[in-house]
Amino acid sequence: MSALTSLLYQRRWWIFTVVAIIGFTLFTGEFKEAQTTAILASTLRQSTPLLLGALCGMLGERSGVINIGIEGQMLMSAFTGFMVAAETQSLLLGVLAGIATGMLMGASLAGLSVSLQGDQIIAGTVLNIAALGVTSFFFQQGYTLPGKTPMVDLWFLSDIPVLGRVFFSNRPITYLSLLLVPTVWYALFRTTWGLRTRAVGEHPSAAETVGISVAKMRYLNLILAGAIAGLAGAYLSLEAVGSFERNMTNGKGFVALAVMIFGRWNPVGAWGAALLFGYTNAIQTQFQFRGWFTDHPQFVGMIPFVVTIIVLAGVVGRARPPAAIGQPYSRE
Amino acid sequence: MNENQTTPAIEAIGVTKRFGPIVANENIDFRVEKGQVHALLGENGAGKSTLVNVLFGLYHADEGEIRIAGEKVEMNSPHDAIDRHIGMVHQHFQLVPVLSVTENIVLGHEPTKKRGILDLEKAYDEVEALGKRYGLEVDPRAIVEDLPIGTQQRVEILRSLYRKADVLILDEPTAVLTPQETDHLLEVLRDLAAEGVAIIFITHKLREVMAVADHVTVMRRGKVVGAIDPSETDQAGLAEMMVGRSVILRIAKGEAKAGAPVLTIDSLKALDDRAQTAVDGLSLAVHAGEIFGIAGVEGNGQRELVEAITGLRQTISGSIMLEDTELTGCSPREISEQGVAHVPEDREKHGLVGPHSVADNLVLNRYFKAPFARRAIRQTGAIKDEAQKLVDEYDVRTASINSPLRTLSGGNKQKVIAAREFSQNAKFLVAAQPTRGIDVGSIEFVHQQLVDQRDDGIAVLLVSAELDEIMSLSDRIGVIYQGRLVAIGNAEDFTRNQIGQLMASGSANA
Repeated sequence: MSALTSLLYQRRWWIFTVVAIIGFTLFTGEFKEAQTTAILASTLRQSTPLLLGALCGMLGERSGVINIGIEGQMLMSAFTGFMVAAETQSLLLGVLAGIATGMLMGASLAGLSVSLQGDQIIAGTVLNIAALGVTSFFFQQGYTLPGKTPMVDLWFLSDIPVLGRVFFSNRPITYLSLLLVPTVWYALFRTTWGLRTRAVGEHPSAAETVGISVAKMRYLNLILAGAIAGLAGAYLSLEAVGSFERNMTNGKGFVALAVMIFGRWNPVGAWGAALLFGYTNAIQTQFQFRGWFTDHPQFVGMIPFVVTIIVLAGVVGRARPPAAIGQPYSRE
Repeated sequence: MNENQTTPAIEAIGVTKRFGPIVANENIDFRVEKGQVHALLGENGAGKSTLVNVLFGLYHADEGEIRIAGEKVEMNSPHDAIDRHIGMVHQHFQLVPVLSVTENIVLGHEPTKKRGILDLEKAYDEVEALGKRYGLEVDPRAIVEDLPIGTQQRVEILRSLYRKADVLILDEPTAVLTPQETDHLLEVLRDLAAEGVAIIFITHKLREVMAVADHVTVMRRGKVVGAIDPSETDQAGLAEMMVGRSVILRIAKGEAKAGAPVLTIDSLKALDDRAQTAVDGLSLAVHAGEIFGIAGVEGNGQRELVEAITGLRQTISGSIMLEDTELTGCSPREISEQGVAHVPEDREKHGLVGPHSVADNLVLNRYFKAPFARRAIRQTGAIKDEAQKLVDEYDVRTASINSPLRTLSGGNKQKVIAAREFSQNAKFLVAAQPTRGIDVGSIEFVHQQLVDQRDDGIAVLLVSAELDEIMSLSDRIGVIYQGRLVAIGNAEDFTRNQIGQLMASGSANA
């Protein structure tokens, strides 16, 4: 067998999956440009918060801290972003407030799990419960935004049919999230920060003996990760919906963890995984347009969760997480 | 070695370090000259590791001072030590398994293009050049977890040299090496000393001290009990200083009275965790009343063999017979009930439950049977009586039988396992690395127990990476190489060198 055919053979399931998805998309879109574009654009929209959440989780876990508080970070950031934007009537200030909130939440996760050496799962749960409680308690109806973050068409690129419309006609945070994929990849694998982060997440005492402060790296990473989660929160309230709703994250922070694992703790992989999960959400809407399964909508609503279970139980099998995740580190 | 007027490369003056009520180092004076190989000798728990961790900035001394090249220094982290050109090769390698050799070596001192962008190409070249210069060649791009232990150690040494270490601390560096690798390491250390590096060499192996050290400092119970040139003493003298009483270095044992075969293994095949063949058609027979020693470099299938015998690993083919009973396919408990005692290689993981009490650990292989349990209700009285009896009999040093097991020292943990396994009237005993990481006094005890078990007519299979242990205890020896026994014979028919050769290459004439 030649190298090419053997490569094709090795990747046969991936190729099969991609072909099946393309075929299915065209079919559900009735082979029309406008509808296919709509499905793909919706996929990207749905995937953005998952991608950002997964990148947040990744920075934490690569440095050895499990973050199950992404959900809470996103929710709290969505809330403060919305409130600040509504009070000041400035979307930019709103986004910045969301990011700052995420960073603060990241710092408190670090405080609980690094400084106090608490259980990381419990620390993350604390963030989730606190965020849900605080945002539900303080949220009041009646605030309005000056609008959503504006749509930006990128020159002629946005005129390309289907893919151009999908990728180059978006809002700012979506572009930013797409930029973050290569940025985080480069940072993790090509910079001293990335090398140290990976070392701290795999073997903290080894990092410590060569003079790297495990605590500092974990604080830094969790705060940076918090900024990304904050961006995800701002995306939800200021870019996707244009208002705040109770529990508007609705489990996205947890799905983001699945996305991170499916993407094998790699930004590029996580992007692919986020798109897959986004797609399962996007076709639901299309099912409704086409009038499929209208008698039993709950089965359509199950699709993302079924995919999550199949992916995590079956496909991911051999993924290897950073060795030191979940363990508090102390020098003596 | 030099006249005392020279400035020592590193010096500890009156260092005291406490952990709560325990004094790990008490008023230690310790000095190492430039270009000297200085052995730091002592039992486990004597405070050697604490002392070097203070020198390396991992611990902060409660009292006393550290001087480097005559200058008083304050060290709060390994970073400070590395900045002052102190390097350390840790007992448990401090390497990140999934990173490359080069990434591990430069970690923390990475060459960069600008603003934090790694320059890996430059790093590869530097590592390669460094390896050539010191005779420590490694593939700079290899992933560390794929490398054999001896090579990983080279990476550790190279890492210190990369940081231009003037003082190199090695914590029990030969524990994991074959005799040939050990000889090579000792040569490298001599070469480094000749280049002016001060070397602190922690060990409890007297032979190596005699072979390589210019000077020895002996520690016992947190204090320095002597400093001496090896030429002024011998192994027995050093052992006595170390333990505080005279020690039997070589167990006296009578002729083995070997009986019928108890454990017979035929063409056994088993896979390792990565699904590669680890035990590859191995056959052997262990007779009643003999110690059969398996010598070999770690990773040649010993672990998988032991796990297959004890039911912890599925076999692919072949048979394991205990007298007339087939053991393959049986659960670990069924095998234990058949009369197989097991001293596991990793006692923390497979032998003991750290948070549970000493008493519970002592009945871990029979807690479910009368008199320790009746109709699923634990009989605490019977458990305590048995535990107290075993603690006394086997001299386990513990505050009480109710203390959590993890508070015990390595040697005492091993005694707990020995007490439990040796007291169950087994027909067959498999002991894997039974003296790893325990002190000389406990080693002596465990060795004596193994010989006593043999003399009681039990078939003993001893698996050890310590060639000295295999040679002094075994009646017959098998050398394992790539999952097969490449040589089996009576212990007195082998020389140390022959076995070393077989371990390294699988054949006697390499």
